[in-house]
Amino acid sequence: MKLTIPEKEVMGHGHLACQGCGAALSMRYALKSLGKNTVLSVPACCWSVIDGPFPHSAVNIPLFHTAFETAASTASGIKAGFEMQGKDVNVVAWAGDGGTYDIGIQALSGAAERNDDIIYVCYDNEAYMNTGVQRSSSTPWGAWTTTTPIKHPKDRPKKDIIGIMAAHRIPYLATASPAYPEDMIQKFIKAKDIKGTRFLLIISPCPPGWKSDPSNTIKLARLAVQTRIFPLIEVKNGQEWKLTKKVHKPKPVVEYLRLQGRFRHLTEDDIALIQKNVDENWEILSRKLL
Amino acid sequence: MRKVMIGNHALSYGAKLSRARVIAAYPITPQTDVVELLSEMCANGELDAKFIKVESEHSAMAASVGASATGVRTFTATSSQGLALMHEVLHWAVGARTPVVMGNINRALGPPWSIWTEQNDSLSQRDTGWMQVYAQNNQEVLDSVIQAYKVAEEVQLPAMVVLAAFVLSHTSEAVEIPEQEKVDEFLPAYQPRYKIDPEEPHAFGGLTDPNGYFELRYQIQKAMEGAISRWEEVGEEFGDVFGRKYGLVETYKVSDAKKLIISSATLASTARTAIDDLRKRGEKVGLLRIRVFRPFPSEKVKSVLRSIDRAMVIDRNISFGASGIFYQEVKAACYNEENMPPIFGIITGLGGRDVRKEDIIQMYEDVMKRDKPKSDIIWKGVRV
Amino acid sequence: MPKATEKQIFFKTVGDMPPLAVSLFTMDYNKTGTWRNVRPVIDYGKCTFCAICWKYCPEPAIKLERVEENNKEKLKPIIDYDYCKGCGICWTECPVGAIHPEEEAE
Repeated sequence: MKLTIPEKEVMGHGHLACQGCGAALSMRYALKSLGKNTVLSVPACCWSVIDGPFPHSAVNIPLFHTAFETAASTASGIKAGFEMQGKDVNVVAWAGDGGTYDIGIQALSGAAERNDDIIYVCYDNEAYMNTGVQRSSSTPWGAWTTTTPIKHPKDRPKKDIIGIMAAHRIPYLATASPAYPEDMIQKFIKAKDIKGTRFLLIISPCPPGWKSDPSNTIKLARLAVQTRIFPLIEVKNGQEWKLTKKVHKPKPVVEYLRLQGRFRHLTEDDIALIQKNVDENWEILSRKLL
Repeated sequence: MRKVMIGNHALSYGAKLSRARVIAAYPITPQTDVVELLSEMCANGELDAKFIKVESEHSAMAASVGASATGVRTFTATSSQGLALMHEVLHWAVGARTPVVMGNINRALGPPWSIWTEQNDSLSQRDTGWMQVYAQNNQEVLDSVIQAYKVAEEVQLPAMVVLAAFVLSHTSEAVEIPEQEKVDEFLPAYQPRYKIDPEEPHAFGGLTDPNGYFELRYQIQKAMEGAISRWEEVGEEFGDVFGRKYGLVETYKVSDAKKLIISSATLASTARTAIDDLRKRGEKVGLLRIRVFRPFPSEKVKSVLRSIDRAMVIDRNISFGASGIFYQEVKAACYNEENMPPIFGIITGLGGRDVRKEDIIQMYEDVMKRDKPKSDIIWKGVRV
Repeated sequence: MPKATEKQIFFKTVGDMPPLAVSLFTMDYNKTGTWRNVRPVIDYGKCTFCAICWKYCPEPAIKLERVEENNKEKLKPIIDYDYCKGCGICWTECPVGAIHPEEEAE
């Protein structure tokens, strides 16, 4: 039996991620792909806790904790420091959706416009999970969070961060899901060998925040793709859009939604509307695909 | 080599001679010349540095901290609103113990918009853990950048070299540019014990509970305390090598003085000329210029004040609801000491209002008429 | 290189401490197996050695051991109960139902 992903582990166990954390699994894959010659710039997010308390760390590579909105700018500085020392190191900004879509978007946009030589990874769990599930601009329409209670769930769609990053014409951007580690790892390896700003958006199921069973993390990460809620794509230079996982018979969104307590309050009409939006978004995307 | 240059360019030359390797900066009036010249120096190969043209001061400081944490010498410059925007990351630079050196041009904060000089921008960063040195001329600006790196890298704390908007930033003065070889000898390559390095992986700044945080803060204060003697020694050593001596404070005609004017930066230069006039009239008055504000040179200040009958502090800044900030600091340093003179606090020149020699003479005369300080503020020059 | 420790490290005095919050040790001390309510158990009779459980473990708490069977090298998944948090991804994802949950005894 041949393994489909690299056997060697970089990330260590004993970390503080919740049971079934998509963000922990994604880090494991990222470090398998990028190896030890990698540095992480981590803003306020779940991973600022997951890695462990001083003087301990789970990742076994350098990790620089930084302020909420500075994942990208700190990474740019770290990369510049290495460049001036003639060291070729993978510098990775590793942020949640709050630090990417909201408070960190200015620094991210700045780094992307300059095409700074960093890999920016957003593990997207679609709310401020580390502070206890408050809505972010990545929270999908209709979802419950502690600041969008079921009497008034989120009434705006998830921000199109892929569209925003594509508009920066960065050399490489991609989406990934921990249910498809081979696809994710291939994307990390591809990103590693490209110069300039690379952006990876990882759908990252969060059992406490999504009110899902920890055992369903992979199932949800897979359904997100199979329902076309979260298509797996890559985009070169903001212009060459490619689907990396074809979904021949998309599953209805209800299969994805019903496994998550954050959508439990939705009516049939709400679900029909979500299905309609997903279908429309797919139409928009498919027109861009090569 | 002597060259006529504005204060802003003195900062650029200071960074260049110190061989800053990464520069991250964002433009703001009246700082722009600093980074314009540095961009040119980087572009034409005169300076081997990577200049990150960030999209905000917040990112400027974040990139500086990141770069410095990899073990390279890092420089940035800003002013006023820009420094205020950096505030969060200024704390980060201190906690991460990254010896970034920054030029700050003292400019008043809005609203209303003002581009003229006032010290509230840098003094609002008093408690961040940044060292602060206030220069009184362009030569001191350049020299202080080099000294700042030396002290900062030894004590692992960042340092700010502060100069007055326009009064220095855009005023041309003859400046001696030290020889690169001598600077290299004075300021050896930066080699931190801990740096971001895949060969020796560490996490930096991980969650620290009350069992550890306190001790880390204690170490910052101890580093600051250690920096007091280092600024003095490094200033001396600089004098030995380059012929210009510096200290935590500068005194002028204090040996027989009974009255003392205390101030900082360019106000202190003006006060010096006022003192010359007052001395001609037979007034036994001297000057104490506080050059290094953080760490605060309490012992130096006290030692000068011990032989003084009456002191006045001139502040171009205000802590609203309290008083002038240098005044507070001087008063606090003296409070538990025996035989300290009454200390008067004067606030003047806010928002760049001109402060002339004659104004300082008037302040002096006013203070000498008073019995004792009745309030913490004597306003000078405000139209009420 | 970061060292493994038996317990979480506390510095007794400031003198033992680095000047900044740098990590010097791994998280191995943190035996997250204690978080587990339900224990995954592999039935090696059913296991096809496909390594899917290993692939999807977020800890990682499943090791692959090289074993020989019928002159063929196989990778046998072994659950490290010191660190398995009992999330249940492995028994949900196992394609042949070779992993089943068992309640942890108190």
